[in-house]
Amino acid sequence: MSKTNKFKIITIALVAAVVSVNCDNDDSNGGSVSLDFSGTYVQQDQMARPAINTVFVASGQPKDDFNAAIPSAMGAKYQPIFQSRLLALNSAYTTNALGQTAAQLTGLLATDVLGVSKTAKTTFFDGTNILTGRALADDVIDVELLLIFGGSAGTSNPGLTKDNVNANDKAFGTTFPYLASAW
Amino acid sequence: MILGLSLVAISGLILVAADHIDAPATMSGDAGDITDVYAFQGQNTSNLVFAVNTQGLLSPNATGAATFKENVMVEINIDNTGDNVEDLVIQAIKRDDKMYFFGPVAPGTTGTSSTVKTTAATGNVTISTYGATALTAEQNGMKFFAGPRDDPFFFDLGQFKAILGGTASGFNNPGVDTFAGTNVMSIVVEVPKTMLGSSSTINVWAETKKKQ
Repeated sequence: MSKTNKFKIITIALVAAVVSVNCDNDDSNGGSVSLDFSGTYVQQDQMARPAINTVFVASGQPKDDFNAAIPSAMGAKYQPIFQSRLLALNSAYTTNALGQTAAQLTGLLATDVLGVSKTAKTTFFDGTNILTGRALADDVIDVELLLIFGGSAGTSNPGLTKDNVNANDKAFGTTFPYLASAW
Repeated sequence: MILGLSLVAISGLILVAADHIDAPATMSGDAGDITDVYAFQGQNTSNLVFAVNTQGLLSPNATGAATFKENVMVEINIDNTGDNVEDLVIQAIKRDDKMYFFGPVAPGTTGTSSTVKTTAATGNVTISTYGATALTAEQNGMKFFAGPRDDPFFFDLGQFKAILGGTASGFNNPGVDTFAGTNVMSIVVEVPKTMLGSSSTINVWAETKKKQ
């Protein structure tokens, strides 16, 4: 076989492969293949646990920097920053209701990921399960306030450990998409 | 030294919300501003649901005009090996009147830069419009929604600011939900747990990524 023919056969094979991949895509996504999804997309915001950036990171450029950080690089950089912020919020902090020292709590929070269980109930905290997800109705702010201000027994600073807003202003659905319709 | 840091920390504290309007580069109304991330078991307990809300504090009057942007991808990152590096991503990006979804699939590269995993298209859904019934789609065992929703977050942020500002010593009872009556632009996707790897727990976070 001449080099030219080999080249042609390879070319045809490649074209056929591309076409068959396209057909596959077309079947599975209803025609998105004709749309342009090219290009590079660069991180602008990052979030997992509620209120972490707003509470623990200083205003301005540091907040942008946190949003542009990736979780695997957050712990080392942000744990000391979070710890000084925690002690600024509650200078009497020793341990919280989970028995965490300031270093332990901020070490957990500094890596902003949401732990999610595939086997247990999914909840931010329900008295038994801790950080196994975040459900729509979870009162995450009360959990965070309690861990920041409540002391080792959860009874310190009682005026600061709950905001007394205990539920959303609209009921959630039991079926997909679960979130309530817009106001 | 510690006192100095504390004072800087307190004076620098401008609390906004869960993550609403959390930074200068991601202000209100910006399609790239994530307000909250939820991850919970679905009605079908074999599934997990991920909800990523953006563009917080939309008043009802402003909600009809709020849109997703074609140059902003929402990426749900999933680590199933415990190293806080994404092993799987679910990408959502708008084209015309639809939201297109890709994955769960291994990312091309981990970290701050991504390309759309077009070979892993899993479904699309017409973006729901304000005031109309929610449009959902079910493809490849997954469910999809994109559109305006009530902000599910609740918090007496006003009182918390007053506490930090020194004009109040504690919360009121009852408190006032600062987010009552406000909307967000929401992306919700429900995924069979079997598509998320074999680990019993995962770490999840969301990112918005802007086309360069």
